[in-house]
Amino acid sequence: MSLDKMSQDGGIIVTKVDDLLNWARLSSLWPVSFGIACCAIEMMGAYSANFDLDRIGVFPRPTPRQSDVIIIAGTVTFKMAERIRRLYEQMPEPRYVISMGSCSNCGGPYWQHGYHVVKGVDRIIPVDIYVQGCPPRPESLIGGFLELQKKITEESLLTSS
Amino acid sequence: MSNFVLIISVFKGLLTFDFMEEVSQLTEFGKVFIILLVGVMVVSGTMLLSKLLSPSKPNALKLSSYECGEEPSGNAWVQINSRFYVIALVFLLFEVEMIFIFPWSTIFAQKELIEANSAWGWLALIEMFIFVGILLLGLVYVWRRKDLNWIKPRPKLSVVETAVPLSAYDRINAETYVTRAFSTEPVKTAQEQVVPVSSPKPAFKPAFKRVQK
Repeated sequence: MSLDKMSQDGGIIVTKVDDLLNWARLSSLWPVSFGIACCAIEMMGAYSANFDLDRIGVFPRPTPRQSDVIIIAGTVTFKMAERIRRLYEQMPEPRYVISMGSCSNCGGPYWQHGYHVVKGVDRIIPVDIYVQGCPPRPESLIGGFLELQKKITEESLLTSS
Repeated sequence: MSNFVLIISVFKGLLTFDFMEEVSQLTEFGKVFIILLVGVMVVSGTMLLSKLLSPSKPNALKLSSYECGEEPSGNAWVQINSRFYVIALVFLLFEVEMIFIFPWSTIFAQKELIEANSAWGWLALIEMFIFVGILLLGLVYVWRRKDLNWIKPRPKLSVVETAVPLSAYDRINAETYVTRAFSTEPVKTAQEQVVPVSSPKPAFKPAFKRVQK
C-alpha cells in the first residue's frame, strides 16, 4: 500500500500516519463478547487455545465501548435485531461487523418460512465481512478476521467517513 | 575521523559531568516535580492525540448507557443494602490487623534482636497478643450486638380472598423430612414394595363389547 499511495498523494506524512493507524487498528481487533446461537460455540472455539484468535490480537471485550468489531454469530431474530442495532450504535468508530454463518448472512435455513428471523443482518447494520458456513469452522472465522485486516490496510485517514 | 574524536570527547565530557558533579542543581523535590510533570505530559499528550485521531460522531443512541443491548431503565444511582456497610467495616478492621501483623512477623524472633536483648521475643509476642486481644474484644462486641447476623428480609404475605385458609399451609410448612440412614443395599422402589392384592373394585368394561357378544 505504502509506496504507490505515496506517489499518488505526494503526501508522505499522511500516508505514514495512515500506515501507523491501520497497523494499530488491525493488530488489536477487539470484538464484543456477543454470541446469539450455535455459531457462537464455534466462535468460542476460535477464541480458545486450539485456534487461539488472541495471536492475531483478537480479544473479546465485555462492553461495546472498548470494542472494534461485532461478530454476529447466529440467528438474528426480530426481537434480537433491535438489541444488535443498539449494541452496534454504542460502539465507537471505527467499527466493523463480521457476519458469521448462514443465518446472519441471509437468514439461512429460515430464509423462506422463518417468520421470526431477519433475512440477513445487513438489513439492519452494515456488514464488512461475511463468513460462510452453517456453522463456519473456527478456521473460517480466523479467515474472516484476516480478510478484515486486509480491508483495514486499505483505509485512509483522509477518505474515511 | 575528526568527527569521531569530537563525539568521543563529548561523551567523555558527559560522563565526567555526571560523575564529577558535586552538588546537584535539582533538589529531591525537584526530581519528584519532574516525574509529576512527565506523567501529566504523557497522559495529556496521549489523550490529546487520541482526541485528534479518533473519529467522534456522538448521537443519542451511542451516548445512552450500556445495558447489554437492552434499553436502559431506571437510575444508575441505585441504593445498595446497608447491611453491606457493617460487613465492610468489620472486614476492614481485620484487614488492618493483617497489615500490622505482617511487618511484625518479620522482626519477631529475629536472631540479632534476641541476641541484643533476650527479652525481645517475649516482648514482641506479648505486645501482639495485647493487640490481637483488643481486636478480638471488638469482634466480641460486634458479635454481641448481632451485627454479624445477616439481616433476613421479612416479606409481607399478601392475603387473597380464597376458600383455602392460610392455616391450611401450616401443616405443610411444619412438616419435617426424615432422611433414611445410609445402607449399601439397594433401595426397593415403591412399585416393588406394593403387594398385589385382589381389588374389590370391578374392572371397567366398556359397553360395546357386551353388545358384540
